[in-house]
Amino acid sequence: MEAIVLRIISRMLIPFIQLFGLYVIMNGHLSPGGGFPGGVIVGSSMVLFALAFGLAEGQKKVPHGISLIMEGGGALWYGALGLVSILAGANYLTNKGANFPLGEPGTLFSSGLVFLLTLGIGIKVASTVVTLYYNLAEGKAHD
Amino acid sequence: MRNILTIIALVFIAYILVFTVSEMPPFGAHDNPTNNVVSERYISEATADTGTMNAVSSIIVDYRAFDTLGELTVLFTAVAAALSCIAAHSQKA
Amino acid sequence: MNSAVLPLVFQYTLLVFLILCALAVAKTRDLLGAAIIWAAFSLIVSVLWLLLEAPDVSITEAAIGAGLTTLLFIVTVSKTRRAE
Repeated sequence: MEAIVLRIISRMLIPFIQLFGLYVIMNGHLSPGGGFPGGVIVGSSMVLFALAFGLAEGQKKVPHGISLIMEGGGALWYGALGLVSILAGANYLTNKGANFPLGEPGTLFSSGLVFLLTLGIGIKVASTVVTLYYNLAEGKAHD
Repeated sequence: MRNILTIIALVFIAYILVFTVSEMPPFGAHDNPTNNVVSERYISEATADTGTMNAVSSIIVDYRAFDTLGELTVLFTAVAAALSCIAAHSQKA
Repeated sequence: MNSAVLPLVFQYTLLVFLILCALAVAKTRDLLGAAIIWAAFSLIVSVLWLLLEAPDVSITEAAIGAGLTTLLFIVTVSKTRRAE
């Protein structure tokens, strides 16, 4: 069955949903939000695409392997950034003590480690949503 | 007989819960035990310590960053467990 | 009605709806309907978080509780049986 209304509306909406999700992730240190909700919003836009255009089309945009790599890579990014603090001579995951550039509070590129860690959380959570949806939707139907 | 025992146990649990709630400090009062030095420290020093305007984010990703690492590990483990369950099931069938 | 009472009335109305939703989720035999009621439950909780001045938790609850959980439930229901 051709769901024309769903396809056209989702084609119009998906860029704005992704933009809003990226906004929530990038402004995690300035406004309410952060990595977890922003990642879910970005991942949900991918899921909406796969729902409207079919699973095969969705897997062309975000292949299964890439979502799996992003899944592990987000967690690895978080853990590896903590090691940078150790190299700088402070405790694991220290921000100010490891001389990360804090910048001017209130601007977008500020707060050093917090910004980078929020990005990592966003990538991880978004790919988790996509991976879970792919694997649930790929599986055979069980009665 | 069994129903009566169940009702007695439920009433007992409900009594304990209501008693506990009635003994709690009033909601949002100024001199609650939760309004202590820790939250004051976070609210007043978060921007200077971490450079974030959002105090919640500074707690999640800076002061308690190790907790968030554990949270991500839980997420990763849960997804890995779910995927391996689904894969094992679809191979068997 | 003065300005202090009206938000309180709103909060208690939401709390009553919350309890009704929780009971309805437990009582509904149709699993798809239960998933939708669960989404309504999460939405009410997220509005309550917003009224308690916790916008971070509110956004997370709306995205994960009302969006993601419902989606995964519906996909699971579509792969299995619909009735309990």
